Amino acid sequence: MAAVAEQWRENRPTAGARVLRLGELWSYRELVYFLALRDVKSRYKQAFFGIGWTVFQPIVGVAIFTVVFRRLAEVPSEGVPYSVFALLGFVIWSYFAGSFGNASGSLVANASLVTKIYFPRLAAPIASLLPGLVHLTIGLALLSGLMALVGFVPSLAAPLLAVCVLWTMAVALGPGLLFATMNVKYRDVGAVAGFLTQLWFLASPVAYPSSLVPDAWRWAYAANPMVGVLDTARWAVLGTPRPGPEILVSLGVTLALLGLGLLYFQRTEREFADVI
Amino acid sequence: MAEAAIQIEDVSKRYLLGEHHGAHGTLSDAFGGSVRRLLGREPAHLPEIWSLRDVSFEVETGQALGVIGRNGAGKSTLLKLVTHITEPTSGVVRTRGRVGSLLEVGTGFHPELTGRENVYLNGAILGMRRSEVAQRFDEIAEFAGPQVRRFLETPVKRYSSGMYLRLAFAVAAHLDADIMAVDEVLAVGDAEFQRKCLGKMSSFEREGRTIVFVSHDLSAVAKLCPTAVWLDAGRIRGYGPSREVVDDYVAAGITPTAEREFSDRPDAPVAARSAAVRSAAGNAVASLARDEPFTLELRFVVRERVADLDFAVFMENLRGVRVLDEAWSETAVLERGAPGEYVARISVPPVLVVGDYVVGFWVGSAYDTLIYEEEALRLRLEGDAKGRRNRIVQLGLAWEVERVAEPRPSARRAEPLPRP
Repeated sequence: MAAVAEQWRENRPTAGARVLRLGELWSYRELVYFLALRDVKSRYKQAFFGIGWTVFQPIVGVAIFTVVFRRLAEVPSEGVPYSVFALLGFVIWSYFAGSFGNASGSLVANASLVTKIYFPRLAAPIASLLPGLVHLTIGLALLSGLMALVGFVPSLAAPLLAVCVLWTMAVALGPGLLFATMNVKYRDVGAVAGFLTQLWFLASPVAYPSSLVPDAWRWAYAANPMVGVLDTARWAVLGTPRPGPEILVSLGVTLALLGLGLLYFQRTEREFADVI
Repeated sequence: MAEAAIQIEDVSKRYLLGEHHGAHGTLSDAFGGSVRRLLGREPAHLPEIWSLRDVSFEVETGQALGVIGRNGAGKSTLLKLVTHITEPTSGVVRTRGRVGSLLEVGTGFHPELTGRENVYLNGAILGMRRSEVAQRFDEIAEFAGPQVRRFLETPVKRYSSGMYLRLAFAVAAHLDADIMAVDEVLAVGDAEFQRKCLGKMSSFEREGRTIVFVSHDLSAVAKLCPTAVWLDAGRIRGYGPSREVVDDYVAAGITPTAEREFSDRPDAPVAARSAAVRSAAGNAVASLARDEPFTLELRFVVRERVADLDFAVFMENLRGVRVLDEAWSETAVLERGAPGEYVARISVPPVLVVGDYVVGFWVGSAYDTLIYEEEALRLRLEGDAKGRRNRIVQLGLAWEVERVAEPRPSARRAEPLPRP
């Protein structure tokens, strides 16, 4: 065995905020990958419908949107076929809602690891954002199929969708970290997260365009970061009107929530193993 | 003298009860609590437990240190501090080099994944790189044994518990760490596999790794570790050559306690009143002859109706082996639990061997633990061990012996007795 010439690593009581140890997190990137892989594999191995379910879900979702929002509420869709308009919203929203839920439960779901093994705790919520990408990819493939079917040509800015996906991750991670941390102490937080997601859905332009919101309210509306994400994604892929400067509000709120989540997580991290 | 790999300086660790032991609050508890605290109606006071108190020692590089002590003495807390899982309340723990844990084999295994996938997952959890695992994969599979090797592509939920354990230990044992924290891994598995694990652990030592080994198995500690530390209620009670520390620990034994009254907790829905060991004559006794039956008695008061009220009593010998564990629900139908005072008695026939025992009990329901006293009483059984130190029970089973055949005459002729 190599001579031990390494640095001392200290474990002493700390108080207040700690520095974000990103270097350490990077050295554990394979753990993030394997935690995500574990979730993906176990999800599809246990499923009765397997991959079929991930195709079935958006189709039924969009069918219901079409009946409720298009036929009954006569919601416009910015000159884009409504099915295409709604499917893009549905696919991105599902990825967000799933990732937010997974991130909120990520510490409790890995409780046995948290109490028995040392690893940077951030690895768990970050890994929980990845399995949903499988769903998302299938959803986007479905979308391109639908676009080909109705003869809709995507806009040239479509590759920007990748940026929107990263943005969605950030939106899910910020509140996800807050909820994951609270979940360690208070188990009813999970139910609160579920309820919040339902309200959040109604406040986001998933099944309807944000142009329905009166101009005077657009800035306030953009405080919901998913407004920025969805408007940008639709502009990039479907060529709907380009989002105005209010998306900066969406971006700002995203970063603020992410910062708050990281701060709270880092402050409480040291107690996880004792309390969970 | 070699350099230190682990330094522990004045380390104390406090747990707040109610926050710990799985009692999870709800949000309204938290908000209610803070509002009451703000209004000055309720002092912010939770009962606390010092799991470790002013512990200091060093472990040299390449040394194997055994940690012994009773349940709740702070052994596992010590490991969690060395592995950086939790922070001390005061003091400093310093480690040098990569720290690996061999804690509760199988932590981090996923039943739906195959053996191979779990090897990689577990390797990543223990901090190994994929390339490192790949390099050692054959070695790991080899160590796990032929049976496991044949089923590497099968989900581990189809493994027997033995195969599961072999594979998990194999991964952890091939972890390339400078400091290995080992917690009770040998408590499970068959004898042959335990021997293999012990062998692997002594090879860690030869390779110059530092080992911290927590175990109830005193003979394994004495065999593997030249040095041992004895923790008692969070403090160091002994430190030195492990044979001496183990001998002191066994000799100190336990002070017999025949009867114990518990201080009442008026706010608790169920509270313990007393516990006692009674002889056949009904007297509280702390030591009695091995061949005498005795009764364990528990008194508790139920203030609020508890659905499916249940209770259990258990006895452990000094090596930490649970020799008796009887729950009421095993023989009765749970339904009662109406408020009132209860006395529960269980008679133990004279089947236990000579030695010291710790008696604990539990009261709760199918959903909840209401009282848990790990060490309520201490009992000594005296008498002659009859030279059989390794048995746990002495049942005095009756043999049935009969001679089923006499030697055949032909056999006698073939080998004639020598004539004088």
